[in-house]
Amino acid sequence: MYRYDEYDQKLVDERVAQFRDQTRRFLAGQLGEDEFRALRLRNGLYIQRFAPMLRIAIPYGLLSAAQMRMLAHIARKYDKGYGHFTTRQNIQFNWPKLPEVPDLLADLATVQMHAIQTSGNCIRNITADHLAGVANDELVDPRPYCELTRQWSSFHPEFNWLPRKFKFAFSASLNDRAATRVHDIGVHLVKNDAGELGYTIYVGGGLGRMPMLGHKIREFLPEVDLFSYLEAILRIYNLQGRRDNIHRARIKVLVKALGPEKFIELVEAEWAQIKDSYLKLLPQDIERMKGRFDVPAYVDETAADDGSYTAKLAADSKFAAWAKRNLRAHVRPGYAAVFVSLKANGVAPGDVTDAQMDALADLAEQYSFSELRATHDQNLVLADVARKDMYALWQRLSELGLATPNIGLLTDLICCPGLDFCSLANAGSIGVAQDIFDRFEDFDYQHDIGEIKLKMSGCMNGCGHHTVGHIGILGVDKSGEEWYQVTLGGSAENDAALGDRTGPSFSRADIAPAIEKIIQVYLEQRDGAEESFLHTYRRVGMGPFKARLYAKVSAETEVAA
Amino acid sequence: MSRLIRGNAVSADDWTELDDATAVPSTAKVIVSLARWRAERETLAAATAIGVRVDNSADIQTLWPELRDLPLVALEFPKSGDGRAFSQARLLREHCGYQGEIRAIGDVQRDHLQAMQRCGFDAFVPRDDQDLDDCLRALHEFDLAYQRAARDDLPLVWRLRRQA
Repeated sequence: MYRYDEYDQKLVDERVAQFRDQTRRFLAGQLGEDEFRALRLRNGLYIQRFAPMLRIAIPYGLLSAAQMRMLAHIARKYDKGYGHFTTRQNIQFNWPKLPEVPDLLADLATVQMHAIQTSGNCIRNITADHLAGVANDELVDPRPYCELTRQWSSFHPEFNWLPRKFKFAFSASLNDRAATRVHDIGVHLVKNDAGELGYTIYVGGGLGRMPMLGHKIREFLPEVDLFSYLEAILRIYNLQGRRDNIHRARIKVLVKALGPEKFIELVEAEWAQIKDSYLKLLPQDIERMKGRFDVPAYVDETAADDGSYTAKLAADSKFAAWAKRNLRAHVRPGYAAVFVSLKANGVAPGDVTDAQMDALADLAEQYSFSELRATHDQNLVLADVARKDMYALWQRLSELGLATPNIGLLTDLICCPGLDFCSLANAGSIGVAQDIFDRFEDFDYQHDIGEIKLKMSGCMNGCGHHTVGHIGILGVDKSGEEWYQVTLGGSAENDAALGDRTGPSFSRADIAPAIEKIIQVYLEQRDGAEESFLHTYRRVGMGPFKARLYAKVSAETEVAA
Repeated sequence: MSRLIRGNAVSADDWTELDDATAVPSTAKVIVSLARWRAERETLAAATAIGVRVDNSADIQTLWPELRDLPLVALEFPKSGDGRAFSQARLLREHCGYQGEIRAIGDVQRDHLQAMQRCGFDAFVPRDDQDLDDCLRALHEFDLAYQRAARDDLPLVWRLRRQA
C-alpha cells in the first residue's frame, strides 16, 4: 500500500474544502450550471439517469482494508447499500445526493482516498496490472511509477482542460494484463540492452466509437525522463488536439490525422526543450517512492504451506474447482493470488454490497496483509494468501457469494452499467449478462469452453471494452428498441486486436442464443480442448460463425420475399 | 475604467482593449489583435504602449520574434474548457523566457485562476459576473503543489521531500 505523507494529505484535504465551497456556491445560485458541471466532473460527479453518480479513484487498483471499510460505510450512509467496480479499477456509487457529496469526499479523505479527476477532460486515474508485485512474469513492480505519475498528473495546472479525457495504463510484465494498447498512453516498464530500466511508450489507443490500438512512439525512454516526456506528449495534444467535435477529440484522432511519424517528430522536438529541465527525476525520487509502499512480511514456504491445502484439494471437489479457476501463481512459494469473483448469478457484474465490502476488509486483514486490488475485469484480488489459509478463505468467500469459480470463463464477463443506470446508454447490458449467466450456468460446460473474454457495452462509448472482447457485444438503439451487435476476435492483451463485426445485430431475445451458437461453432471447430476460442477464430475466420448465426434469419427473409 | 487582478490585488485596468475597427487613441496603452499589430505597426507606434492579443491556436514559439519586445501579451480563453492558453503561457514564459505581462482574457473564471497563475499568467480580466474579491482568494486556494510549472512560488511537494 502506498501511504500518504503530510503533503498528499494536505492536498486532498484542500481539494475537499475547494469542492465544498464550489458546491455551496452552486446551491446558492452563485455558480452557473455549466461552470459547476466542469468542476464537479473533475471530482468524479456525474448527474445520471436517476441521481448523481460518483466515481471514486482507486489508483492502480490498490485498496487497503481500511479503505474498503470506508467504501462500505459510504455505500450505507450515502447510497443504497452497494457499489459498482468499474473496468478502470475504480468504484462508482449511483445514489449520492449532491449536497452530501462534500461530506462523502471528506470521509474518503480520512482514509487517503478521493475522486479527483475521475471524470472530465483531464488525466484520469492511472491503472496497472492487478497482479503487480506478485506476478512471476514481472520485471519490476510498476506501482511506484504509477504513483509518481498519479502525483505528477494530480491538479496539473496545464493539463486539466484537455480536448478530451486522457487515460494511462502501466504494465511491467511479459503478459499485458492492463490493456495498455487501448489507452491514450500505455507505458511498459522495460530494460534496454545495457540493462538500464526505462519505458516503452504507446500513444493513441482507445475504445469507444473509433477503436484503435496505440502506436509505439518510443522504444526506450530512460527511467528519469518520465515526466518530461509525458509533458511533451500532453502539451502537443493540448495545443493540437481537435476541440470542434467531441467524437474526434481523443489523442488517437490526432495521432491518426498527423500520422505516427509526424506525431513522434513533434513530441521529440518538444521533449528536446524540456528533457534536461526541473522535470528530470533524481534516482532518489524513485527510491523514496518505492520506500513508501508497504512490503508484505511473507513467511517462508514451510510456514505458508502446512500441507492442508493439498489435502483439501483432494478431499473437497468444490474447493478444488474454485482453486483451479480462481487462483493465480505467486512469485513467493507457498502463496497464491486469489480472485474474488464479482460475477455471481443474479448480481450485476462488478456490484458489491456494503456487507460484502466489510467482510472483504476483514478477510484482507486476516489473510492478505490488509490489501485488496480491483481488476479491470471487475473482480477483486486478495494477492498474498498463504496456502495454509486457503480453505478457510474459500469457505468464507462461499458464504459471502464471492467464490463463483468462473475467473477467465464465459460468465466472468465485463459489462458497463448500461441503460439501467447510465444516461449515455442505448441498451441494457445487465439483463443480457443475466441471460448469458442463466444459459451457461453449468460450470463444467464453462470449463470445457475454457478461457474466453466476453465484454459488453450498452453504447458506442465502449465502457465495457466490447471491441477487445474475444466476443464483444455492443448495445444499440434501433427506433426505440434495444439491439445488439456482436464482434469476434478482439483482445486487449499482448496479441491486442479489435474484434470483427459478425453482421446484422440481434434483438434482445436473440442475443443470448446467438452467443450460444458462437460457442457451439467454436466447440465444433476447435482443434482439441487446448485450442482457445481466440486462436480458433483466427484460424477458421468468420465464415463458420456467420453461417450459423444468420442461417435462420436468411431463411425467414426468403419466405418473406 | 474596468478592473482586473494583477499582483495579488484588484486594480484599475490601465490598458484598453481595442477591436480592429476602433481608432487608436493618441496617448493610451492599448491591446490589439496580432493581425492589427502586423498591419498597422507604424500607426500604432503613436500610442503609448502596445500589447498584443494572440489567438489560442497560434504557435507561440513561431511568433516569438514578434512578441519579444512587447510589454504585454493577452492570451485568450474563448470558452471555458478550452485549455490551450495554459500551454501557450508556459511556452511563452519557460521556452521563450518572456518577462512582460501575460494577461488572461475571455471566459476567465474564479475557479481556474490559480492554475492560470501557475502556468505563468500574471494579470487576469475575469468575466463580468465574477466577484473580484472572491477571485483574489481563489489565487491561494491551494498552498501546495505536486508539480512545478512556469511560476514556482508555491511550496512544491517534490522539493520539500528532497529537502527532508
